[in-house]
Amino acid sequence: MIKGNFIDNLPKVYGIYTGGFLAFIIIMAIGEQMGMTSKAIGICFVAFTVAIYAIIGYLSRTAQADAYYVAGRQVPTVFNGMATAADWMSGASFVAMAGGIYFKGYGYMALLVGWTGGYVLVASLLAPYLRKFGCYTVPDFIGTRYGGNLSRFLAVVVLTVASFTYVTAQINATGTIASVALDIPFQYAVYVGLISILLCSMLGGMRGVTWTQVAQYIVLIIAYLLPVFWISNKMGAGFFPHFMLADEVARIGELEQQFGFVANSKENLAMVPKGLAGITKAHSAVNASPWQFISLALAMMMGTASLPHVMMRYFTTPSVKAARKSVGWSLFFIFLLYSSAPMLATLSKLSLIDPSLPTGIIGKSIAEVQSIDWYQNWNQANLMFVNDFNGNGTLELNEFFMGGKAVVLATPEIAGLPYVISGLVAAGGMAAAMSTADGLILAIANAISHDVYYKIIDPKAETAKRLVVARVLLVVIGFAGATIAALEIQGILGSVIWAFDFAMSGLFFPLVLGVWWKRANKEGACAGMALGLLSGLGYLIWVRNGGSGFLGITQLTFGIFGSAVSLVSMVVVSLMTSAPNAATQKMVDDVRVPAGKSIIGRN
Amino acid sequence: MSKQEQHWEKTRGLLFMTLAIWFVFSIGIFLFGAEMNEVGGPFGYPLTYWFTCQGSLGIFVILIFWFANRQEKIDEEFGFSERGDD
Repeated sequence: MIKGNFIDNLPKVYGIYTGGFLAFIIIMAIGEQMGMTSKAIGICFVAFTVAIYAIIGYLSRTAQADAYYVAGRQVPTVFNGMATAADWMSGASFVAMAGGIYFKGYGYMALLVGWTGGYVLVASLLAPYLRKFGCYTVPDFIGTRYGGNLSRFLAVVVLTVASFTYVTAQINATGTIASVALDIPFQYAVYVGLISILLCSMLGGMRGVTWTQVAQYIVLIIAYLLPVFWISNKMGAGFFPHFMLADEVARIGELEQQFGFVANSKENLAMVPKGLAGITKAHSAVNASPWQFISLALAMMMGTASLPHVMMRYFTTPSVKAARKSVGWSLFFIFLLYSSAPMLATLSKLSLIDPSLPTGIIGKSIAEVQSIDWYQNWNQANLMFVNDFNGNGTLELNEFFMGGKAVVLATPEIAGLPYVISGLVAAGGMAAAMSTADGLILAIANAISHDVYYKIIDPKAETAKRLVVARVLLVVIGFAGATIAALEIQGILGSVIWAFDFAMSGLFFPLVLGVWWKRANKEGACAGMALGLLSGLGYLIWVRNGGSGFLGITQLTFGIFGSAVSLVSMVVVSLMTSAPNAATQKMVDDVRVPAGKSIIGRN
Repeated sequence: MSKQEQHWEKTRGLLFMTLAIWFVFSIGIFLFGAEMNEVGGPFGYPLTYWFTCQGSLGIFVILIFWFANRQEKIDEEFGFSERGDD
């Protein structure tokens, strides 16, 4: 099925797959009607989808370097767009984004703007040129453009720091979902998640990851959009929520005025379980200063353009112009989910706080709320909490607390959708976290196996030996990530944002100037990467330990400081040292022309 | 000026135009977020809120496809386009 003219048959193959998945959802719905337990439905959803990914991973096995590192450079634009969207949208996007919007409103929306606007930089500054270069990994570009083992090695270091920060959060998310859906303890669930991830990437490398990511995108987008549309219709809010929720947004504003945001005392807040929050910020009003918003958006945009696991997806397209178009498709597929998250947040919030709706709980008596089935379930799962702080027996807005994940996980149940939807959402979250983890682990393992082992340590190694090293590294890095994930140090979203800041601190300017500034040389690039990463890291440690920071740069936007240091040091050091030689200048000229042979490699 | 230099000149011009549009919708308008939110936007949402939910995001999608088409035209004009389809 995978061999021969598989590429020509892609629309048919994935069409059948999508139909099969929809049929599976219907079978589960019928099963629920016939008395299947919710636990069995949850297990079926996660087990069935993971088994499909594993089969795709097995069918994509390969022994060729080109297929293992860049999927043979034959992935069509639209499918690469889907794979990139799955690669990009992490467990955090899927499970926590709507929750972030629900609690923080405008201040959080900077992430939506940043995580989409970054693709304009990817398309215009980098992706087509790196595709023309013909490299296998991002450090491969740095090492060849600037020359020398040091620049290559520094790029691997930045890549590893950024991607590893990110991957622990993803393995953590697969563990969380697997532990809920399969009902096993988290410490074991993390390793179940890890094995699922490795099944997709071990045998086929980039080729296996590409075709599983397309399959994972289809699952995650159905799992996100179906409930949003269903809930909106069920509430009578409009059949196409994106264009029809203006009244609901306005109504939330009215209710906020009516209830007011009452601040809780410290003693009262101490009674709220860790990780839960109340509604304290306006839903649609501007609640952040321009610089707070812009600095976060800017950091995410530059981080997007520097994250190697995204960039390397554009190495798999058949041509330079396909790489450009493919960025557009990627963002389109991302847009489908991102534009739905604020709608879900609106529907979720209104259904909970509007006393005139049957699901509204604000204004009801505390005892009544505590007797609702779904409240008891989610209270037990440690995602919901109420407490009668003022002792009047009625639930007020400031007495209701919820976990960020509950917006995605609990809203279908609150709105009265069948359990099959909750099973679907679990499968979607699993797909989102697995696809991102796969991309990240592969990015790290490929960089170490290709750039450190093959290019620096043993340039004469045969293909078979290189691929063994790549696979061993994949497993080692996966287990290291899972072990750290099991410790549960940072929340899912905190570490995700740090990854963007690390990536932009070390890699943004060395990558961009490598294409756009011929005068940039090896010494400048090494200074830019090393000083950028170190100053970013230093700033983070300083702010984390009570430092006041400056210019309003926080621990979420420290990349702005890191990348500024990187830019200045790169330009200054480049100009102080000699210009790159004629061969390098010629290489840059060739990169700027789409036609002709790639700089390295055969195609 | 050689053919290659002219090609690069045009490519750079397109880059600046793309980045200018990008700047307006990712950074520029949010300098006036509070003021803009008083105005009604498409579908009846407050304007700034609409930009953060859909507007800027959708404009970025269109911008990338527009950029890709323009760049292809430039490449074709100088005969630097790759043969074959995508």
